[in-house]
Amino acid sequence: MNDSNHVVARLAGVLKSYGSVAALEGAALQLRGGELLALLGPNGAGKTTAIGLLLGLIRADAGTVELFGLDPQRIEPRRCIGVMLQNAQLPPTLRVAELLRLTASSYPVPRSVAESAELAGIGDLLQRPYAKLSGGQQRRVQFALALCGRPELLFLDEPTVGMDIEARQKLWAAIRQLLADGCSVLLTTHYLEEAEALADRVCVMSRGRIIHESSVDELRAKVALKRIRCLSALSIDTVRGWPDVSEAHRERERLHITTAEAEIVVRRLLEADPRLAELEVHRAGLAEAFTELTRDADEASEQLQREAA
Amino acid sequence: METIPSANESTAAIVMPRRRVLGAYLEEARSECLRYARNPAFMLPIMLFPGLFYLLFGVIMGHSGGQGASTYLLASYGVFGVMSPGLFGFGVSLAIERESGLLTFKRALPMPPGAYLPGKMMMAMLAAGAVIMLLLVMALTLGHVLLSLAQMSALLLTGMLGVLPFCALGMWVGTVFKGQGAPGMLQLIYLPMAFLSGLWFPLPMLPKFLQQIAPVWPSYHLDMLALAAVGMKHGPLLLHVLVLVGFAAGFLLMAARRLRRHG
Repeated sequence: MNDSNHVVARLAGVLKSYGSVAALEGAALQLRGGELLALLGPNGAGKTTAIGLLLGLIRADAGTVELFGLDPQRIEPRRCIGVMLQNAQLPPTLRVAELLRLTASSYPVPRSVAESAELAGIGDLLQRPYAKLSGGQQRRVQFALALCGRPELLFLDEPTVGMDIEARQKLWAAIRQLLADGCSVLLTTHYLEEAEALADRVCVMSRGRIIHESSVDELRAKVALKRIRCLSALSIDTVRGWPDVSEAHRERERLHITTAEAEIVVRRLLEADPRLAELEVHRAGLAEAFTELTRDADEASEQLQREAA
Repeated sequence: METIPSANESTAAIVMPRRRVLGAYLEEARSECLRYARNPAFMLPIMLFPGLFYLLFGVIMGHSGGQGASTYLLASYGVFGVMSPGLFGFGVSLAIERESGLLTFKRALPMPPGAYLPGKMMMAMLAAGAVIMLLLVMALTLGHVLLSLAQMSALLLTGMLGVLPFCALGMWVGTVFKGQGAPGMLQLIYLPMAFLSGLWFPLPMLPKFLQQIAPVWPSYHLDMLALAAVGMKHGPLLLHVLVLVGFAAGFLLMAARRLRRHG
């Protein structure tokens, strides 16, 4: 296999801590040419650190960090990447076209201002000062800046935060077009539907490790949790004791239950409390999925420790 | 049809022609100048304070002291005016860009590693030049100061180059303080230093002890050079130049080290 030739970004056995706090504990990650990898995980899981390492912003304490086979702190591999960061405030008084010109000037063979603007759908904003744009428009401009250098690898950190549905779908279409042209993308997001719409593979991070890596469908199957809400007089402890209930708590009057087997739990609820009202069943969000995956990982590591002891 | 190079080919192809590297430096400098020229909150105080002070003390009250006073204060307030784009243009913007994530974004880009600083330096030098020009126009028209073309050029050059040590000091402060902490700290440096170097009141009017420690401040040495430029001081200047160069180099090194370590 010559697949290894196409690895565009790689973390292997990476350790990184800030003082006594470990941000990455042996993270491993590979991104191949032309694929979109979504990096998911709760806040503090180490996503930002992983991206910071691959961008050469910080240095690992141990392990391998490679961008196109080179150290990302060198400038050469960074000439092949485009970057959209989560909290970068760009110079407010510069116009969009000026920002594009400035950013493109760092790359060897950049796209023209017009081409970048068209790809990102900001052709009508070029003469506007950056500070006068709405949050969603600023995100689109940042996306244009990310692709203006004709990159082979795009880092998109929460790209659609603050966008309305239409803008989000336009951005997704643009990302698909770049992927079709052979560009690779490393995406971090809180929106499961964004990963579902775009990703070939997903990595779930927790506590500085990659705890799950699979295709999107496999992840969905794994986190098929449902959330049940209802008004009921049943005590929390009773419900917690039932099989199939992974989590239960009470918010004011309302009972909140998380489970993989909604039908069984609902039947039992209705039997146990005939006066139960306002029953709702939702598919669990990404937050519950993380909780579930993280708890599995924690239990597994505890078990390992017990076995070792 | 474009082919997509594999990782191995592409790493060979990412050499940047020298002309484009130079272009990147120029773009960065151009953008820095544009963004501050369009920002009245930055430009106004820089122009206004030295301008007003000179109008008040150099032109209106200076008449009693004759032409000599107006010329003397042209140099002093020129130095006072030159300090602020260096300290604030460099220090505050660096502190804010470190906090706002702009510096992180720039570091992730393949921007030539040096382009960030010359861009800001150019901006500070142009702003310093603008302050000196403003004071010169006031001195010649309102203050009836007589200067030769060579003296005016020397003062302009002193101002534009003299901003650099203050850029270095501002940069260092900008690497120590993040965001809104920097402006306050810089005021604490700027105003006392200007006073203690005899920029507001001529040094002979200050207490003896303050006169003796004046050579500690870089603004004192720049003031000596500015006074020489307008013909108010005679004698060797090399020592003043060396002190300023050393001061600039020292703070630049300290700032660069902090930036590399802490980002």
